[in-house]
Amino acid sequence: MSHTFTIGIGGAAGQGVATPGDIFAKIFSRRGLHLNAYNAYQSIIRGGHTFLMIRTGPEPVTNMGDSLDLLIPLNQDTMDRHLGLLRAGGACIYNADTIKPGQAAQGVQLCPLPVSTLADITRNKVAQNTLAMGAALSMMGIGFNALESVIVEQFGRKAASVAEENIAVARAGYDYATKNFKPFAYSLPIVDTKYAVLSGNTALAMGGAAAGVKFYCAYPMSPSTGVLHWFAANGRKAGIMVRQVEDEIGVVNMTIGAAQAGVRAMCATSGGGFALMSEALGLSAMAEIPIVVIDCQRAGPSTGVPTKTEQGDLWQMLGAAFGDYPRVIAAPLDIGDCFTLIPEIFNIVDKFQVPGLVLCDLLLSEGRLSVDPKILDFAPPIDRGEMITSPNGHAEGGYKRYLITESGVSPRAIPGVPGYTHVVSSDEHDEDGVLISDMYTNATKRRAMMEKRMRKEAGIAAAVPPPRLQGPKDADVTLIGWGSTQGVIEEARAQLAQQGITANQLQIRWIVPLHGEAILDQLRNAKRTIIVENNYSGQFARYLRSETSFVADGHIRKYDGEPFMPHHIVEAVREQLAGDTQLSVPAHEIMV
Amino acid sequence: MATIVETPKPLTTADFKGRVDPDWCPGCGDFGVLAAVQKALVELQIPNHQIVTVSGIGCSSNFPGFIETYGMHTLHGRSLPVATGVKMANHELTVLVTGGDGDGFGIGGNHFTHTIRKNVDLTYIVMDNQIYGLTTGQTSPTSRLGMKTKSAPYGNIESPINPITMALAAGATFVARGFSGEQKHLTDLLKQAIQHKGFSFIDVFSPCVTYNKDNTFQWFRPRVKKLEDDASYDASHWLAAIEKSTLWGDEIPIGKFFERTDLPSLHEAEPVTQHGTMVSRPEHIDPAAAQAFIDELM
Repeated sequence: MSHTFTIGIGGAAGQGVATPGDIFAKIFSRRGLHLNAYNAYQSIIRGGHTFLMIRTGPEPVTNMGDSLDLLIPLNQDTMDRHLGLLRAGGACIYNADTIKPGQAAQGVQLCPLPVSTLADITRNKVAQNTLAMGAALSMMGIGFNALESVIVEQFGRKAASVAEENIAVARAGYDYATKNFKPFAYSLPIVDTKYAVLSGNTALAMGGAAAGVKFYCAYPMSPSTGVLHWFAANGRKAGIMVRQVEDEIGVVNMTIGAAQAGVRAMCATSGGGFALMSEALGLSAMAEIPIVVIDCQRAGPSTGVPTKTEQGDLWQMLGAAFGDYPRVIAAPLDIGDCFTLIPEIFNIVDKFQVPGLVLCDLLLSEGRLSVDPKILDFAPPIDRGEMITSPNGHAEGGYKRYLITESGVSPRAIPGVPGYTHVVSSDEHDEDGVLISDMYTNATKRRAMMEKRMRKEAGIAAAVPPPRLQGPKDADVTLIGWGSTQGVIEEARAQLAQQGITANQLQIRWIVPLHGEAILDQLRNAKRTIIVENNYSGQFARYLRSETSFVADGHIRKYDGEPFMPHHIVEAVREQLAGDTQLSVPAHEIMV
Repeated sequence: MATIVETPKPLTTADFKGRVDPDWCPGCGDFGVLAAVQKALVELQIPNHQIVTVSGIGCSSNFPGFIETYGMHTLHGRSLPVATGVKMANHELTVLVTGGDGDGFGIGGNHFTHTIRKNVDLTYIVMDNQIYGLTTGQTSPTSRLGMKTKSAPYGNIESPINPITMALAAGATFVARGFSGEQKHLTDLLKQAIQHKGFSFIDVFSPCVTYNKDNTFQWFRPRVKKLEDDASYDASHWLAAIEKSTLWGDEIPIGKFFERTDLPSLHEAEPVTQHGTMVSRPEHIDPAAAQAFIDELM
């Protein structure tokens, strides 16, 4: 990655961290710059400590990075926690009236703002935030106009006077900084491209809309709630039915009902809600009703740390619901992929009439990324599979919903079509849907139906591409990750290369089916393999071993609730190459 | 080629006969409920393919297999959310939900309240036998105080719920009680319930002849009194319905307790379904709307 610039803004919840964050994000994306934002926060509405990092640059920014160029602490607490993250050349802009600076690193510029002399703080409660934004833009070498237009957009909806007042305050900060502070050595370029900036939750929701989802329902649960918020706000415009349901058991069953009636139906939750949905995934598989369920993972177990990220739900998902059944599990690699994956997985679940599970996490769900708007394709190919929606074809009475076929897939008639009445059932059933569970148990038929359903696995495997090694073929170390760690591992590889260590990467997007043979093939010549994952027990390492007998040489695991930073991986790789350990657990230095 | 216009033959009870015969115990109350539902559908002449019968798990939840409609035999306690999903995706379908007291008021109790509150346009028929039958005779949410069952061999010490009062309190727009032993009366209630626009609930006394020796046909027969026989009873009066619903003992009212028609059902209140069913919508969303979603992010 070429040059990047990272801003950290922190304060108590309710102090207004989000607004400057939004404004910076808009200014950067309109300059044609990429950005990646991650908000570390707590389950509290007022108080606590919120820390937003926005990293920008002319090339794709895949993760939050390692350090800060600019810190804007809105309270003393933030100053005390994060001043040490500033690298040489960086600056800290703070309210000189209320905050005392600490000991900054060599080469860090401390920029006190005399807030009460620059603005009327009795009138404007967030004057320090706006002054700091103005000052920051001056030091970044960005003209004031960019800020002015975004402020108008941000506050203009309230009243023109609110925007005007904020512009005046921002101007005061801008001018003060121009006179008193040293500009940053690196000034952000203007690039002639425009990016869309969105969260993973928005991407998942929009991906659903693009996939043709007509029914979405959910029960609020962090960090998945943003998906519901997008659908609730936009469902009517998009022609999508959106329902908030009494609990996640109701959610998944309602999703199944809508899917059976013929629409694409989706729901999202987090680990706790997914646990409640478990039984119904078996219904989806047994009755062969395709649905997509998204799990935005947060740190568990139980209520866990609701506002923190983890990749800890893999085994829950692998084992969700009792009995054997075919399922599809995929983990999006970044926020753009949250969009792209949904139409893809819907085509597979529709074709094979199975539940499809999306393993996202808080890092992607609540992070924000700039993406090329071209990837937000609202007209992707839609393949509903073998569906009977009109009475052409079969003769009245001869229809078998669970017809035994070579592929395991039986044409699916939806309610309302004359001549195709049948019962779908959570009980084991015969080809025509008649139960063989109670009075008419039949070992031969039971076996045939199990084998019919499980035969779909072969078709699903053929429909999903195997993972491919990224980076040099011949490398000192091969890093294996899954889902959201794509970007941070990528940057760690670049940093390792600068230090003379070559690394390549095998990133897993399709978890079931896994393509074990192809993975073994790719890893055959690896000199040293290290699995990187955001959990305690190495859930993916254990899964890979169970499917392929492959045992990695080392592991990098993090389960403190925060995502990896590139240097965590770099340092862990170095200590493992030095033979110090086979298990590295990096300490997270950002105290939130 | 000449088009032959056939006058559709009127539907008869035979048209609604399921592919297999019920596996209920001989004498089970559920036979009477099945017959009444089939009769109501014949009288209303609703084509089989336009009906979806959704059930949970239990003796009475085997119901969809015994009637010729589209059917969904789902999970224990989950029939109502599944049925809600069906109705939301295609509100032109007639949705019937069948199940027992354990399924509906025990494990599915939360959905009962909320489906009522949403006023989903479906008909919920509970075959209430005051016992768990398929698991061979344990206490249910409607088992009477003191009743001896396999799970309460010394007598039930927990009070039963009153499904009628509960439904009324939750805001149900149609609340009725039937008795499997009163076929004609039950058929009439079912017809009204199916025609009601919104959530209609019928709790049906459907005696378990194997495990409930307390609440038998013989026990119910002299006690049930039809609300329809009382000319002064006004089913649009909610407080009167609440009061009636609490009667239990020598006199147990059956019939329509309450109906209101002034509230829209869920799909009627939902703007997205105003121009047709969800299932009839084009797969891709309107390109202009899609572009607007992207523009908002720029």
